[in-house]
Amino acid sequence: MANRSSGLARWIDDRFPIFAWWDDHVGQYYAPKNFNFWYFFGSLALAVLVLQIITGIFLTMHYKPSEDLAFASIEYIMRDVSWGWLIRYLHSTGASMFFVVVYLHMFRGIIYGSGKGPRELVWLFGMVIYVLLMAEAFMGYLLPWGQMSYWGAQVIISLFGAIPIIGDGLSLWIRGDFAVGDPTLNRFFALHVAAVPLLIIALVFFHIIALHETGSNNPDGVEIKKKKGADGKPLDGIPFHPYYTVKDIWGLSVFAMIFAAIVFFVPEMWGKFLEPDNFKPADPMVTPPHIAPLWYFAPFYSILRAVPDKFLGVVAMGAAIFMLFLVPWLDRSPVKSIRYRGILNRVALAIFVVSFIGLGYLGTRPVSDLYTLIARVLSVLYFLFFLAMPIYTRIDRTKPVPDRVTTK
Amino acid sequence: MRRLILACLLAAAPALVAASEGAALPGFKTDLTNRAALQRGARTFVNYCVSCHSAEFMRYARVAQDLGLTPEQVQANMVFDGGDVNQVMDVALGKKDGAKWFGQAPPDLTLAARSRGADWLYGYLRSFHLDPARPFGVNNTVFPNTAMPHVLAPLQGTQELHDGHLKQVAKGDLEPAQYDALVRDLVNFMVYMGEPAKLVRYSLGIKVMLFLLVFSGLAYMVKREYWRDVH
Repeated sequence: MANRSSGLARWIDDRFPIFAWWDDHVGQYYAPKNFNFWYFFGSLALAVLVLQIITGIFLTMHYKPSEDLAFASIEYIMRDVSWGWLIRYLHSTGASMFFVVVYLHMFRGIIYGSGKGPRELVWLFGMVIYVLLMAEAFMGYLLPWGQMSYWGAQVIISLFGAIPIIGDGLSLWIRGDFAVGDPTLNRFFALHVAAVPLLIIALVFFHIIALHETGSNNPDGVEIKKKKGADGKPLDGIPFHPYYTVKDIWGLSVFAMIFAAIVFFVPEMWGKFLEPDNFKPADPMVTPPHIAPLWYFAPFYSILRAVPDKFLGVVAMGAAIFMLFLVPWLDRSPVKSIRYRGILNRVALAIFVVSFIGLGYLGTRPVSDLYTLIARVLSVLYFLFFLAMPIYTRIDRTKPVPDRVTTK
Repeated sequence: MRRLILACLLAAAPALVAASEGAALPGFKTDLTNRAALQRGARTFVNYCVSCHSAEFMRYARVAQDLGLTPEQVQANMVFDGGDVNQVMDVALGKKDGAKWFGQAPPDLTLAARSRGADWLYGYLRSFHLDPARPFGVNNTVFPNTAMPHVLAPLQGTQELHDGHLKQVAKGDLEPAQYDALVRDLVNFMVYMGEPAKLVRYSLGIKVMLFLLVFSGLAYMVKREYWRDVH
């Protein structure tokens, strides 16, 4: 930001601290120089959020949130609106890719101990974003008003009915009717396009402000603020701009290639992003033989189904998500990064990855005795990863952490 | 680090390639590049399907535009109910009558290729066989107990089911190879109808990919230049 002390720049700066903000969060924000592959996913998540907001606004211009018109209005967008098909595919692909980048972003946080002190609030804000994102995706999925939209919502909302005493009243209150119907569609539309996005934007803001207060973690888990040069800048830090802006633009362009390949060549992703049954309009009289959630909910849906009792299943599903909130406190390791942790942590992490992906696969399949058994085993392993974390992280051998970050 | 990424990808692979279950279907290779074939498919569709099935999201004029026909040609040769070429492919048969005659109203076909898949449609249209137990005297191996009569029987002839194999017992107006070609054209048209954007999606996609390839190459060079002084 050249020449701030004169002219228009000065005039603005005296009235509005735009340059101070730029310095604090971009130009003079010092980030560790050893970010690796995993550190692309934060900025990519932000990019997908922007994409979803922009494409969502254009979809809102043509979409009709009504029982009679919703399905037809999507087809109208796909056929009669100029570039409507592209906007719709960008939005539907964006929904799934949002979860891809967010899951990788969260996984990064787990392997490098990014939520450990002093970044607990960064982690918690992130977790709230994740829960809001699930709500956003769930409500957005009702809007096309296809068979899967309808029956998926019917199943998930009925889960609230399993809560003792208040359950029936609660699910009725959520639906606004005795079955999913026009009032449900209308309120989900309102929440999907206004309420939840506003909350997500606010939380993303908190997430970044909290991060910039403590400074970023890195693959070595070394606090770069502990080693500062004579100029008061971290020795292992580099200004976010231009170093990480140019790096993230490159990362974004590679991500955009993957994204575009999906949008233009396999927008349905073989039924994983757009399900075949959702090309049939919602029909309350015909229940599809196999109702499956989209892939990003599948691990938790699997846990729900693994528990024989419906209410306890709902509790287990909630607990599975809640466990993630607790990671900064469950993790008692003296070191942050997996690089300097021992075999116990690595094995536990591998078990977690296998259980999460395995549950995700099972969650999209029809139930069978064998699958239920496997889902139960994997659910136990999933919870053990968290519940045993205070033990294995404490007794595991660690390697000495270097004073400075390492680069290859 | 690299091993970790690889391990994650490998672990995710089965979930990504998991196929959908269902009866064994003949593979159908969609081809939307042959305009004449799509036009033939459109003709078969309006002649044989639209009497009972609607395509309520597909406009005749869009078919004309996409398949290289003039609106007048389509008006004269495809719009049988005397309607407007700018309207959607609606059907004279009301939903109530359809339900009365067939047991259930014939479904709208605009998106059939997307909800059922091209393989399914191709298999279904070739798998009718005689079954006196059914109301219209025919059943279907791909869609058992289908409510639909075999509308294309005059063309295909009739088949019987012996030990799970379909066998032709009476000839129709078309040779088996001709009938197969007719069904292929029809299914290709229905794939197009399910998503007209498919005609432009792939070619635009290649351009976008080429742009992104060049862009990411340049972005990488800019990144490398800036990062030269980071040690």
